[in-house]
Amino acid sequence: MELFGDPAVWLPFTFAALMGVSILIYVVLDGFDLGVGVLFPFATDEEKDMMVASIGPFWDANETWLVLAIGLLLVAFPTAHGTILTALYLPVAIMLIGLILRGVAFEFRVKAPTPHKATWNWLFFIGSLMTSLSQGFMLGKYVMGLESTLGTWAFAMITAVFLTVAYSMIGACWLIIKTEGILQGKAVDWAKGGIWGLVLGLGAVSLATPLVSARIFDKWFTYPEILLLAPLPILSAVMVMMLWRSLQRLPNATDAGSKGPFACAITLFILAFSGLAYSFYPYVVPEKLTIYEAASAPESLMIILVGAIVVIPMIGGYTALAYWVFKGKASELRYD
Amino acid sequence: MDTLMLSRIQFGANISFHILFPTITIALGWVLLFFKLRFNATGNARWMEAYRFWVKVFALSFAMGVVSGITMSFQFGTNWPGFMETVGNIAGPLLAYEVMTAFFLEAVFLGIMLFGFSRVPGWLHTLATFLVAFGTTMSAFWILVLNSWMHTPQGFEVREGVAHATSWFEIIFNPSMPYRLSHMLLASGLTVAFLIAGLSAFRWLLGDRSKSVQVTMKTGVYMGALLIPLQIFMGDMHGLNTLEHQPQKVAAMEGNWDTQSHVPLLLFALLDEEARENRMEVAIPNMASIILKHKAEGVVPGLNDFVTEEGEVMHPPVAPVFWSFRIMVGTGFAMLFLSWGAAILMLRKRRGPEGVPKLMMLAMVPMAFSGWVATLAGWYTTEIGRQPWLVQGVLTTEMAVADVPAPFVGTTLGAYLSIYALLLSAYIGVLFFLARKAVDGDVPRPRTPLSGHAVTREIPAE
Repeated sequence: MELFGDPAVWLPFTFAALMGVSILIYVVLDGFDLGVGVLFPFATDEEKDMMVASIGPFWDANETWLVLAIGLLLVAFPTAHGTILTALYLPVAIMLIGLILRGVAFEFRVKAPTPHKATWNWLFFIGSLMTSLSQGFMLGKYVMGLESTLGTWAFAMITAVFLTVAYSMIGACWLIIKTEGILQGKAVDWAKGGIWGLVLGLGAVSLATPLVSARIFDKWFTYPEILLLAPLPILSAVMVMMLWRSLQRLPNATDAGSKGPFACAITLFILAFSGLAYSFYPYVVPEKLTIYEAASAPESLMIILVGAIVVIPMIGGYTALAYWVFKGKASELRYD
Repeated sequence: MDTLMLSRIQFGANISFHILFPTITIALGWVLLFFKLRFNATGNARWMEAYRFWVKVFALSFAMGVVSGITMSFQFGTNWPGFMETVGNIAGPLLAYEVMTAFFLEAVFLGIMLFGFSRVPGWLHTLATFLVAFGTTMSAFWILVLNSWMHTPQGFEVREGVAHATSWFEIIFNPSMPYRLSHMLLASGLTVAFLIAGLSAFRWLLGDRSKSVQVTMKTGVYMGALLIPLQIFMGDMHGLNTLEHQPQKVAAMEGNWDTQSHVPLLLFALLDEEARENRMEVAIPNMASIILKHKAEGVVPGLNDFVTEEGEVMHPPVAPVFWSFRIMVGTGFAMLFLSWGAAILMLRKRRGPEGVPKLMMLAMVPMAFSGWVATLAGWYTTEIGRQPWLVQGVLTTEMAVADVPAPFVGTTLGAYLSIYALLLSAYIGVLFFLARKAVDGDVPRPRTPLSGHAVTREIPAE
């Protein structure tokens, strides 16, 4: 395998890229179904059923991307996995409890006796909220270099709120595609109301990241690197405008452009993620451990890579099949 | 308690809760495929009714398994960083293959299997059912490869304190893997057999005489009767394999302190780990030697061989292993008697469930969860039996634990335990609720119209 040069260099890079892509896919996919859960209190009981129907066939696979991402961190960068997760012990625990509650609530809310349904709806919301907040909190802590001070906690609290609002925004954009009538109209309003979370979140992380690390500061603001980075904020601003304009045109009689907001939201998530990836590379534990130092033995990474090259296109294929089978406006989920 | 003990209890609690649900879904996936294929072949609605009832149980169990499984994948990092740092080169690829070849397959096709019956062609729905069953089994395969490797590691070398793979063939086909995998797959089959028989008996006792409850009753009882002798045989083989590779575990299972011949089979004993002796023994003479070595003169290893010259105990705690093992075996024999008794009565004059007396039906209801009891007891035997090692001979549990403050671990442990207690009671409650509802006939009841407009929608997927 000298074909690509030293495997101790390109294998960790490949795995960091794979892990990054998994995290990005996870944040977009579970982001929208978590967001739908976060929006629960604003919906009527009938609307809640429809909202769950819009994500019911997908949520499980969406969450699997988290397992893959954390699995790649675990298998490709074992020392980083331990360092990061022990530093984030409590928020991880809160996220897991949130994931447990919302995951089982999908099933219990329709299988438990009817009087219990309101409780499970409530737990579905609480679980979605706990998961979103704790993921935002972890993002903030990570940007702050996993340091624990009053300042980093405060910052993490702020990113927790922003990420949750951003999830609710992309969730609302998903609902615009999958629903119609009154609920779709509401979803448009929810999406409009959520844009601030995304904008402020992007802004806060962008401002904080270079301030925390001199290395990142240099990477951003010295010539010619600044040219590499410049397209990100410009494109993000354009995307926010496009998102706003596409929402202005909805809902409409022909449902034209109903996929627009979701596409813009995804693009924004990708841009935000690219910025983070650009800033933190080559570190996996900020400023402490690079992907090259943390990587597993090349022979172990190689055997995973072989499997990944065969299997990941298949995963893509049958995921596409599932989205195709359940395409169009959501209808009631039925077993028969 | 210290961080090590709390972390062990936390992981033990999580994995115990988790295994309950895969144990159901692994075999239930194949049973659902069987129902679907019978329906495809006969066109008989009873098979589809059976499918629809049990697919609900599958969906619920699957969700419980997924969320508790995610918890575990994170706990490797939050509580046991030393595990991946030391053996990550071996555990990593095995876990990665589980995610890539199993998790996505099951998660994606589950949606089609549950909600796609009227959306996709029949063959695709059958294929989705097959792929979900196949996915759960693949998942079991990879995780049991890893678990078996932790018991009987080979195919690696340790360089600078870190294990590196030398032969993936040896790692995957490690000596205990075939036995452990077969033992677990059969355990899953038995758990499902008794769950199906138990819930069907519950419906029968409530007066349900539908064709679908008759076919599920037969499926459960015959499946149990067929698998239990295989499992007893396989369990014995697995025990002999353990004797070869982890004699200290077998010594603890037998409560045998000294290496000697003519070892009795203890039915009861108070194990005194301070004095290193047993009191109040009730035993069958020579029987342990006969089971393990096939002759009364057979020499069985004793626990005292696993204490170092400095007095460090390198064998597992004896009482938990000893008793877990007896609970597993006892449950297994209860399964044997009940399933064979019911199967004979059902086959006699081909009377089906009519031939089973009420008392036996009543016994089947609590036995619905006998598979859980036996599976947990079996896992406690083998996992506690591996202590103090995390990876036999390579890494001790103590070396792998994270340096998280004990109060943190205590807090999360408390939170997990209360959620698991809540979810487990909700789960069991809903199983019986679904069964009762099936007895009443799964017909949509009229709902009170909300805010003026009539609700014409049918009941949602349940």
